[in-house]
Amino acid sequence: MPVDTIAGTPVDVNEEGFLTDPSQWNDDIAVELARREGIDPMTERHWEVVRFMRAEYEAKGTGPTVRVLGKTSGVSVKELYLLFPKGPAKLAAKIAGIPKPRGCI
Amino acid sequence: MGDTIEKVSIIISKGSLEGIYPGLIMANGARAEGIEANLFFTFFGLDAIHTKRLEHIKVAAVGNPGMHMASLIGVLPGMSAIATHMMEKKMEAFDIPGIPEFMELIGDTGCGMYGCKASVDLFGFHEDDFIEQVQGIITVGEFYEIATGGEIIFT
Repeated sequence: MPVDTIAGTPVDVNEEGFLTDPSQWNDDIAVELARREGIDPMTERHWEVVRFMRAEYEAKGTGPTVRVLGKTSGVSVKELYLLFPKGPAKLAAKIAGIPKPRGCI
Repeated sequence: MGDTIEKVSIIISKGSLEGIYPGLIMANGARAEGIEANLFFTFFGLDAIHTKRLEHIKVAAVGNPGMHMASLIGVLPGMSAIATHMMEKKMEAFDIPGIPEFMELIGDTGCGMYGCKASVDLFGFHEDDFIEQVQGIITVGEFYEIATGGEIIFT
């Protein structure tokens, strides 16, 4: 399994760069992962989505899809795409240090 | 050409439920991956964006081997409605949105939506017959301009 040093911390990642052990995650890692995806700075709205993703992952074992995120996070689908233009659920999951959500819709 | 897909344009030409959903799911899924996406509705596919028709999209009960039912039974009055009802219940159980909600969602993802001018003229429709997410009724030539630089998928 590849190891990536993010914000000075060595973490296990998969071939797409997603953390494989969410417990290795911290806020500095999130900021660095976001920067790599072209999101700089992380605004309070970005954090809201990222924290929501982590909470959902911890509760359900999987991150929500964009549709579910739009319905449950308090951030609309339109705004989600403004915050994370390259795919809200996918990018927010990556920044949140959780696996990529696998839902089709 | 890179090793990732950056843009897709999906043509929806059929007006049945099973003819419309795959294209919608692919367009929505493309946007979820950060892929630029456009939907182009032509012929009976226009029903998916027609304000008076999109709530009444039905499964084809006749001439559809996937139904595993003799077409002779499919011709009975109400069979298409029954098949559609069963399919909708199943989709609801899997939390797949109905077509009106799905169109709104796809619009919100920033996916482009266009109607085919030749089909609109042929069926005698007007620009204001369509849902607000539709950005325009365009010619084939304009479609190719919009689709430039990406993959084109016909459904």
